[in-house]
Formats: sequence, C-alpha cells, structure tokens
Amino acid sequence: MSSPVAPPAHRVISAAYPRPYGGKALGVHAILVAYALIAILPVLLIAMNSFKTRAAIFTTPYLPPLPGLVSLVGYETMFERAHFARYFVNSAVVAGSAMALILLLGAMAGFALAEYRFRGNAWVGLYLALGIMIPIRLGTVSILRIMSDLRLVNTLFALILVYAAQGLPLAVFILQQFMRQVPRDLKDAARIDGMSEYRIFWLVLPLVRPAVATVAVFTMIPIWNDLWFPLILAPGEATKTVTLGAQQFIGQFISDWNSMLASLTLAMVPVLAAYMVFSRSLIRGLTTGALK
Amino acid sequence: MAKVRSSFLLATLCFVLAGFIVPVQQLSAQGPVSVTIESWRNDDLPVWQDTIIPAFTKRYPNIKVVFGPTAPTEYNAALNAKFSGGTAGDLITCRPFDLSLGLFKQGFLAPVNDLPGMSNFGPVAKSAWITDDGKTVFCVPMASVIHGFIYNADIFKQLGLTPPKTESEFFQVLDKIKQDGRYAPLALGTADQWEAATMGFQNIGPNYWKGEQGRLALITGRAKFTDPDYVAVWRTLAKWRPYLASGFEAQKYPDSQNLFTLGKAAIYPAGSWEVALFNRQAQFKMGAFPPPLPAGASTCYISDHTDIAMGMNAKTRHPEEAKKFLGWMTTSEFASLYSNALPGFFSLSNQKVTLQDPLAQTFLNWRSTCKSTIRNSYQILSRGEPNLENELWRVSAGVISGKLTPEEAAAQVQTGLAKWFKPPTK
Amino acid sequence: MRPRLRRVPLHIIVFILPAAAIYTAFMIYPLFDSLRLSLHGNPEGGGVVFVGLQNYARLVADSLYAPRFWGAVRHNLIFFAIHMLVQNPVGLLLAALLSARRLPGLAVYRTLLFAPTVLSFVIVGFIWQLILSPLWGIAGGLLRAAGLGAHFRPWLGLEGSALVTLSLISVWQFVGIPLMLFHAALIGIPDDLLEAARVDGATGWRAFWGIEFPLILPVVGLVAILTYVGNFNAFDLIYTAQGALAGPNFSTDILGTFFYRTFFGFQLQLGNPFMGATVAGVMFLLILAGVLPYLFVWQRRIEVHEL
Repeated sequence: MSSPVAPPAHRVISAAYPRPYGGKALGVHAILVAYALIAILPVLLIAMNSFKTRAAIFTTPYLPPLPGLVSLVGYETMFERAHFARYFVNSAVVAGSAMALILLLGAMAGFALAEYRFRGNAWVGLYLALGIMIPIRLGTVSILRIMSDLRLVNTLFALILVYAAQGLPLAVFILQQFMRQVPRDLKDAARIDGMSEYRIFWLVLPLVRPAVATVAVFTMIPIWNDLWFPLILAPGEATKTVTLGAQQFIGQFISDWNSMLASLTLAMVPVLAAYMVFSRSLIRGLTTGALK
Repeated sequence: MAKVRSSFLLATLCFVLAGFIVPVQQLSAQGPVSVTIESWRNDDLPVWQDTIIPAFTKRYPNIKVVFGPTAPTEYNAALNAKFSGGTAGDLITCRPFDLSLGLFKQGFLAPVNDLPGMSNFGPVAKSAWITDDGKTVFCVPMASVIHGFIYNADIFKQLGLTPPKTESEFFQVLDKIKQDGRYAPLALGTADQWEAATMGFQNIGPNYWKGEQGRLALITGRAKFTDPDYVAVWRTLAKWRPYLASGFEAQKYPDSQNLFTLGKAAIYPAGSWEVALFNRQAQFKMGAFPPPLPAGASTCYISDHTDIAMGMNAKTRHPEEAKKFLGWMTTSEFASLYSNALPGFFSLSNQKVTLQDPLAQTFLNWRSTCKSTIRNSYQILSRGEPNLENELWRVSAGVISGKLTPEEAAAQVQTGLAKWFKPPTK
Repeated sequence: MRPRLRRVPLHIIVFILPAAAIYTAFMIYPLFDSLRLSLHGNPEGGGVVFVGLQNYARLVADSLYAPRFWGAVRHNLIFFAIHMLVQNPVGLLLAALLSARRLPGLAVYRTLLFAPTVLSFVIVGFIWQLILSPLWGIAGGLLRAAGLGAHFRPWLGLEGSALVTLSLISVWQFVGIPLMLFHAALIGIPDDLLEAARVDGATGWRAFWGIEFPLILPVVGLVAILTYVGNFNAFDLIYTAQGALAGPNFSTDILGTFFYRTFFGFQLQLGNPFMGATVAGVMFLLILAGVLPYLFVWQRRIEVHEL
C-alpha cells in the first residue's frame, strides 16, 4: 500500500468486543445454526433428490441417495442436450463486465454525490435513482430498437450495456450512503498534501470496501439470474446465458422430475460456487474491517 | 492503492473487450443460409433436432434450420417484442386465431395463399389462421389436439372397471376407485387454473352445448353462458371435487402428470398432446375414452382443437428458403413425420396419415364416431377485455375448488363478455 | 447559462458523466420513451392520439381495471409489510450476531445465510413448490412428524394463504440483503467507540441499541427504502410460482404481474401498451412518493456519523 496518508493514530484497533464466551456464545451459535439450516436445507433437499430414481424421489424424499435409490438418469439427459460450458462462459463475461462497469462508474458517481455540495446535488441523486422506480420491462421494445440500430442484437455487449445501466442506480444509491461516512479529516489531510480529487477518490474507495463488496454481490445476482433480457436481446445459441439455458431446459422436462432436479442442481452450483469464490476474495475486506 | 486501481481498470477493460470479441467470432463463422424457427414448443426440441429438421435438410442440403423455442408462458410477449424490434426469426409458430391474426394485421406475418401445397388443407383446418373476410391465409396449419380421458388400464383391470360411456357410469367408476382408496380417481389440479378450463370445461363442454352449434350460438348472440347448456358444464365440474387428490388446490400441471404416470391416479382428463410423454413415463397399460355422454344425449361431441401452425416473418432476410420450408410442411411426408414423431398432435392435412401409436390412434378414431368442434373461447370471443379465455380459467378453477357456484361462474363470465362483445344485430 | 455551468467543477462532471451517460442511454431514455404511451391511446382502433390523463382515470375508476388495480396495490402493501416485519428484523438480528468480533465460523455462516439470495427466482420458485407440494409431501411429512399433520394445507393454492406464503418465500430468499448491509455497516463501526461504551458499562443488548443501532441508522433507512422499492418491483417470484394470472382468483396479483399482463398480454389476451404503460406510470409515482421523502428529508435530517 502506497497510501501517503496514514490513518489517524487513535483509530488503531483494539479488541473492544470480547469474543463471545460461555452460555452467551452458545446462544449466538444456536440461533445462527438454526437459521443457517433454514437457509440451506431446502437447497440440499433438491440436490440430494436429484441423484435418486423417480419413484424414490416420490416415496422417500427425506432419504439420502442410498444404494438402490440412486439414479443418474437426470444428469445423463442433461449432458446429452445442453451446452452448459458455453452458457457458463457467456454468463461470466456478461456478469463480470457489467459488474466491473457498475462498480467503477457507480463508485465515481456516488463519490461525487457524497463528497461535493454542488448546485443540484440532490437532483442529480434523484435523477440517478429514477431508473429503479419503473418496471424495466416497460422499456423492452425501446431497448431492443436501440440495440438493433447499434447492430448489437445477439451480442453479449448488448446485455452488458443494459445491465450496467440497470445496476448503476442501486450502486450509486448504496455507495453514496457509505461514502458519506468516510472521515473528513482524512480527505482534508490529503488535500493539504496537494492530492488531486481523482487521487482522493482512489484513496476513499478502499475504505468502503465492505460496501463495494456488498454492491458487487447485489448487482451480480440479478444479472446472473435474469431471464428476460437474454431472451429478448441475445437468444442465439452462441450468446445464451446459463440461466436462460437452464430455464429452457427445465421447460422441456417439466414433468420429468429427475431431469428437473438435476438441472436445478446444476443451475445452482455455478452461482453458489461463484459466490463462494467471490466472497473469499472480494469480501476479505469485510472481515478485516474498513479502517484497518 | 495503485494496485487496487490498476487491477480494477484492467479487469474492466478485459471484460468489456471480451464482450466485443465473443460475438465477433460468432459472426465470422458463416456457412449455408440459416433460417430460425420461433416456437413455444420447447418440449419438442429433441424431435425437431433429431427427426424433422434432418428430414428437411436431406432434401434441401443448403438450408440450415435452427429450432429456437421459448418457454410457452413467455412466447407471446417475447415474440411481440422481437417483431417490434425487428429481430424475430424467419419462421414463426402460430397460435390459433386472434394472436396470429393480430400479428398479420400489423404486417409481421406474410400471406401464404400462394404456397403450392395449400390445397392440401380444408376450410376447417385453415379457419384458425385466416382473415375475417376469409380471403387470406397467413399460416400453414400443422396440427390439432383432441380432448378426452386417459385411464390407467392396469388399475381398471384390477378393480374390474370398464371405460364409462355415459356420465352416470363415469361417476360410478369414480366412486368405485374412491372406495378402493389406493388411488386418486382423477388427476387434476386447480393451481395452474388453465387445467381446470382446458382439461375440464372445454373437454366435457361440447357434449352439453352440442359442439359447433353451441359455439357459434355464442358468437351470433343466440346463446349466453348463463344458458342451461353452459351452466350444466360447471355443475358437472363441481361434482369432480371429491374425486381429486388431496391438496389439489396447490397441484400444478406437472404434478397432475406425475400423479398419473407414477400410477397414483386412475383417470387423467387429458389432451392428446400428453400421449408422447405418457408413453415414455408410464410403466402400465393405458387406454382412452371420449367425454362421457350426459343424461339424455345421444350424439357425442369432441374438442378437436386447431392448435398450431407455421407462418413466415414478413421481413425475413431469407424469404425463398423460408418458403421452401413452409412448402415442405404441406407435403404428406411432413404430415406423416410430424404426426408420428409427436403422437397426439394430429396433422390437419387432408392427406392420409397412418399412426403407429395405438393410444394416439384411439383419440383419432373419435373423429369418425363423434362430431368435432373447437374450444368455444378462441374464435372472436377473446378479442376484448376482460379476456374470455382468462376468465374461463379463473372461474373454472373457482368452481372445481368450491369457491364459486356454477351459477356465479356463468354470471361472471357472461357479464365480462357483455362488457365489450356486441353480437351482430339480427 | 455560462457562469452557472462554471460553478460545477470539471472533476465532478468527470465523476458523474460516464455513469449518467450509460444510464441515460440504456435505461432512462427507453423507459420514458415507453412511459409516454400512457398519455396516448388508439380509440376505435384508429391512429394513436394524445388522450391526456384519460388512461390514468380509467385505471383507478373503470370497472374493467379498477378492481384489479386496487387489489394489486393492496397485495403489494401486504407484501411490503411482511418484508418490513419479518425480513428486516431477522436480517438485523443475524447481522448483529455475526458482527461479534472474532466470531468462530464467521465465513461459513455468512456463506450459508446468504446462499438463498444468490439463487434465481426460477430455482427458488421450484424449490418451494416442491417442498410445499401436497403430492410430494415434504412439508406435510415434516408437520406430521412434529404431530401437526392436521395443520398442513395446500397453502400456495388457497386464496387466503397464497400471498402470505409467497411473501415468506421471498423473505427466505432475500433476508441476505439486509443482513449484508447491516453487517457491512456494523463492522465499519470503529472499535474505539464501542470500547468507550464498554467502559461506560453498556454491554450486550443495551450497548447494541444504545450505541450501534444509532450509528447504523442511515443504513436502516437505506434498507427500508430498498425494501419499499424492491416490493413494488417484485414480479419474478409470483410469476414463476403462480403464473401471470397470479392465481388463485388473482389473490397473489401484485402491480408487477398486473403490469406484465396488461402490457404484454397473456394467452389469448392481447397486450395493451397504452394501459400497460399507465400501470407502469402509477408504479413510478408510488415509488417516487417513497423515495422523495427519503432523499430530501431523511437523508438530510439524519445525522451521518463519520467513522
């Protein structure tokens, strides 16, 4: 870190909150474990049953895939028909680029709104929030026309632009809130040192890492899971996203529980995996705390 | 700090570039002319990929056909948006009546009058895809579907039952299955609402309103939904309730299918399109019977509904190739291929088609023993709002689940219809 | 004009312009271009003409639209209330527990608790339909095992319970969002503030309400307004689970599904872009009515603690 401004000395971290101990710790863990089970058991139930025969799914839904109940027919059907590897790459490119755009541009705009008291500040803030107040599907035909004019239909770039535009309001909204809380003395010290406003932005950005991570996850999820715009803007086989692929796949086998549970499981795994990888690298900021 | 910034910028740059590069690669790979089919039949994807399209490419090796289905629930909305944005596929699977007529009127669909093989279709087949003046046909009729009841023949044998011919026999059979207690007598749920209207109301209804006669009477204003012939249908449906599986209120369409194919229900109020799936999934013998006759009736009527057709995007960039495909769809080769690859979808062509599937053949046989009609909400009557078809879904589900009386259902439907529909003055 | 422009320094424009440009081109322009339709109509099937606020009047008063519209508004309010009363308190509780310093297993908990939030609506809808399905019998079986078998109902299929059930499913899915926001705010509180409180003798629950909660009040407001906005934007879960007709008997119909049906049509019902845009216009006004006080009153009044 080449930060020219060291955090003020009195902000050195002390162990203010003792580690929970004894009965209290037990209570905390009991609640957390209980809710973690509520959150995860339904997901496990689906995953577990996807490895079983159709009759076993129906008659003994709680049993794990024991010998005699196992059937992989769902997965076999899946891999025969769908090109999930390609869909996955498409989704990753779209979600990754849109998110990068949203975080960078959203942080810049949020910084400007939080930092400077300029004429019309609140109005710009309001303007940047208008987008989340109208159901986005209303604009479908207009968006399609724009993309068609730009010759971007059936390209991933169309999706990236639309998602970036859709994600920005929320990102600005949230980041602005957190950037207001960055200590002023820190920025003033930097200004006295003669740093430009742009460098101060890069100074502030790491300080709101938890919020950036949160926004990253928030914007990633709806993009990854969206069905509508892939369907309208990029339905071609080469540009299909994993969610669209999975949904069309589920549609085909809606009455075939093996394939349905298998495709549900396979559609969940990449998102959950991506989230875990993500939470490790980006949300590392969360555990270390903002101002360390 | 610099590290954070540079990695951030680099990542953005990489991703944005990737967004450009991926589609570019795709554009450079151009082979023979490729036409895309828009469809809501994503269940049929394997059949098109493995059977129908290869048969076409054998004849026309230079035309590549891509079957690009959308989920049925999103098909109409997505197709409309794509047409408005100018990005719809070359060949368009047509819903019957007003939805496709609307597309034609907006100039999205091309007329198909001059296709060479159109003479292979009779007036009834074309009636769902023709302008009101009867002059212009805009889709090539593909298939109709027939309603009736599919039963588990093993259960019937075990309980000593025979397929019922009359309504009273039907309820006797249901009673016996219920007394036995091991099976749900009827596999039908109200959660999806359309099951109640399509597999219930439109299935048994024609016997009550005398098929075409009663359907046309609604259009000409000689009959109302509050007339006894129509209310009686809901009265009968209300009597189905005790024979449904417990929790039928939350039972969805796939639940009903699974209930039947896993052998847990004895009778499935059906459309013939189920045949292929049931053949694949059911481990028991199946049979089918037409809607049982109500007391006092002697002629049977079936719903033989014109369901699916194919048209051409008026602004397609490959009109010649698209027309070749449509032309091929009028041939007896296609009729036979389609009817046998998708048993339960019956070709609308006049040409003789032999079916290999016995269950599908059972349904088809009723065409000669009963009089055919189509669903009464499809022609003209669903043009306004509140939409008649959607209202029929809602009230039929309400009647079966006991939330509405048959009289209330009829009154609500008729009031809604009268709000916008003015029958021609006599 | 010139002197005024000069008052906004260049760097502010540089910061805001890229975001504003993308956002304007691909969101604001298409949305308002379509919203314009709400002031138009094609009476008697003729050409498109300007009709002023007629469509809005029809929406709130015409017997064809008004019952559905007001029903949808009412359902939205119920949906919102359940999120405010269940999702946000649960999220706050879990965040407070997670934010205890050096909590063992923090990473595991955080991943598990947030897991439902990353799933798509399609998957969430399917999972819960299967679990609550009276035919598959997971929920029914569990209740029977607990001796409560008699209390099982096909909740998703009953007019009285479908909306509440769906709201709770949505809470299950999205509790991770307030959880993460509160968590990010709580661990951002510098330790010396808490240290001071501890010296003053405040511990545990009392310290939380006395010290930490006031400090994260800005985020509490943020969560509330996001819940409000998210509530009116809700659509996918109900569409996935109950279809566009939001059955049974429209008992789960919210503005999102009502808009979709009106704008795009459904089954044999043709879409009506004019009335559809009108529904969207009303949704816009409703959300604006919540966001304006937030931006112009709450955000200015509330004391933001610099951390």
